[in-house]
Amino acid sequence: MNLGAQTNSGPRIRVLLAKPGLDGHDQGAKVVARAMMDAGFEVIYTGLRQTPENVARMAMEEDVDVIALSSLAGSHLPFCRKLKPLLEAQGLNDKLWVIGGNLPAQDHEALRQLGFQGVFPTGSKLDAIVGFIREHVK
Amino acid sequence: MSERKPSEIRPVVNESGIAIKPHYTAADVEASGGLAMLGKPGEFPFTRGIHALMYRKQPWTMRQYAGFGNPQETNQRFKYLIANGQTGLNVAFDLPTQIGLDSDDPLAEGEVGRVGMSIDTLRDFEIAFEGIDLKEITVSLTINGAAAILIAMYLAMAEKRGYDVKQLRGTAQNDILKEFIGRGTWIFPVEPSIRLVGDTIEYCAEHAPKYSPVSVCGYHIRESGANPAQEMAYAFCIAKAYADEVIKRGLAVDEFAGRLSYNFNIFGNLFEQVAKFRAGRGLWAKIMKEQYGAEKPGSMWLRMIAAGGGGGLTFEQPELNIVRGAYYALISALSGTQTMALCSYDEAYTIPTEYSARVSLRTMQILIEEMGLTETVDPLGGSYYVETLTNQMRAEMEGIMAEVDALGGMVKLVSEGIVQAKVSAQAYQMQRDLESGKFPKVGVNKYRIPEEEHKVEFHPYSEADAQKQIASLDAVRAQRDPAQVAQCLARVREDAAARRNVMPALVAAVKAYASVGEMTRELVGVFGRYREPIRF
Repeated sequence: MNLGAQTNSGPRIRVLLAKPGLDGHDQGAKVVARAMMDAGFEVIYTGLRQTPENVARMAMEEDVDVIALSSLAGSHLPFCRKLKPLLEAQGLNDKLWVIGGNLPAQDHEALRQLGFQGVFPTGSKLDAIVGFIREHVK
Repeated sequence: MSERKPSEIRPVVNESGIAIKPHYTAADVEASGGLAMLGKPGEFPFTRGIHALMYRKQPWTMRQYAGFGNPQETNQRFKYLIANGQTGLNVAFDLPTQIGLDSDDPLAEGEVGRVGMSIDTLRDFEIAFEGIDLKEITVSLTINGAAAILIAMYLAMAEKRGYDVKQLRGTAQNDILKEFIGRGTWIFPVEPSIRLVGDTIEYCAEHAPKYSPVSVCGYHIRESGANPAQEMAYAFCIAKAYADEVIKRGLAVDEFAGRLSYNFNIFGNLFEQVAKFRAGRGLWAKIMKEQYGAEKPGSMWLRMIAAGGGGGLTFEQPELNIVRGAYYALISALSGTQTMALCSYDEAYTIPTEYSARVSLRTMQILIEEMGLTETVDPLGGSYYVETLTNQMRAEMEGIMAEVDALGGMVKLVSEGIVQAKVSAQAYQMQRDLESGKFPKVGVNKYRIPEEEHKVEFHPYSEADAQKQIASLDAVRAQRDPAQVAQCLARVREDAAARRNVMPALVAAVKAYASVGEMTRELVGVFGRYREPIRF
């Protein structure tokens, strides 16, 4: 569902914000979605329980600039390992991939290696997330 | 910190929107409604406590949330907690179990045993509770979407162990409406989900009358962004929806209301929390007596677990969460809870270690043993401030409930995603206030440690244990009688389709070692799956 956005000059940044896997904690994802909308981004929020295949398909169909995941229940690495080749197969390597949530410091490097340029663990500021996306969207 | 000039002293409004004065007198109590709703502990309207003697007779039950990996590992953690003085168990299930998937389901890959224990069949429950006396230790199952199946499994396990199910105590969370608001382990659409809750209440009223089939949760609604008054008011609206479902089937309120219980959250202002619980007790008693015609005092009791919430804990300076936990436990005791639990200090990171779980347990034990909190019921009762605030919080909750009714009721508001959107907007504001410093949080926006290093031991996830669980499910499938399983599953489907109570069919299927995933598939075949309304 397309959530629209506030008006802003220039082309709007389009973000797919997904809840990967079975994790039901969506408070954070919804808070981040609101921050992005307030910043003028167009946000497509997937809702809960998305498979890697769903995320890749929606990212393609919605023609987004950013693929953002919110993961709180610890399955971020296995999920991202499955997602990476699917995004690549869709030719979405040039999009910005970011992930936030309960992400232990020891996993950050692995997530970056998997192609997630933005890694935002618990405690990250909303403005930092929005600012990072603005800066890195090509 | 320098002293404030009178001109700099700002008005204070608590989270529930009530203006707080610098001091209170008897006139404030009077102006807020007086002491009409106070009464005595153990007497209607139970504002001061549901029992006359409260903790003198029995201290609160200590029930830490626990479970991970396979049933063997969880059984060991249960025994560790019991050996350290825990008096109840609160079972954490992994996400596949919570949403009705077997461990070998492709969607369960990477999630088996990760955030709780994996349960596929009755065999797993037999292992998980092996050596635990179910009369001494009451067990609470934190299960919602798949609750009917897991309740059936627990009752079957107890029966197999030789317990008289009629005497069996215990609780299931089984509050599906709040799962649609926060937490998210729904499976079926709203209407059949409520019907399943009704099935469990109806079944337990007859077959397991001492078992509490539902624990209505304000807790997660609060974590999702609700304020304390909303937390309680929304929970009451949800409980009424379940009560209405059962009454519709012809049960009298006194046949089931005594086994309804609640799960609430503690973080934030101490006095607001204490007033919330006191106000809630009076209000719930009044609702049950006046709106539902309850006659038994037990039907009017707000029986609850008041738990130190995860939302109040911080990722930053995690050791401070031990201190927060101690204050939350104090609030819980001052509030007259029946059961207490605390999120452990490392829980913002990971599944608690034995060490951190023990610290939480000891925190509660210190209150019982050293602080005099079990001696006198409702020790804050009579404070001008607390009595005024209790009256004001009650009025606030009544206002919120009236608003829900005016908008078409809780079931409608949840089905359309309206409550979800409201609390999520509040969560966003809260996060903005946290980041701007308007909402102070020690270690987060005040007294930060720059370049803080987090020394937290992470709970390891074992793929090998997940494989072991799948192998064990395969073994059960190979040993059971396939014809009997097929017959039992067919009955589950038929009863669901005919809108009969599905509990007898689920109990039979569980006993035939049908799996959680198999039973869920039958129900999905009839009920369909929930589709989340996305609304901002």
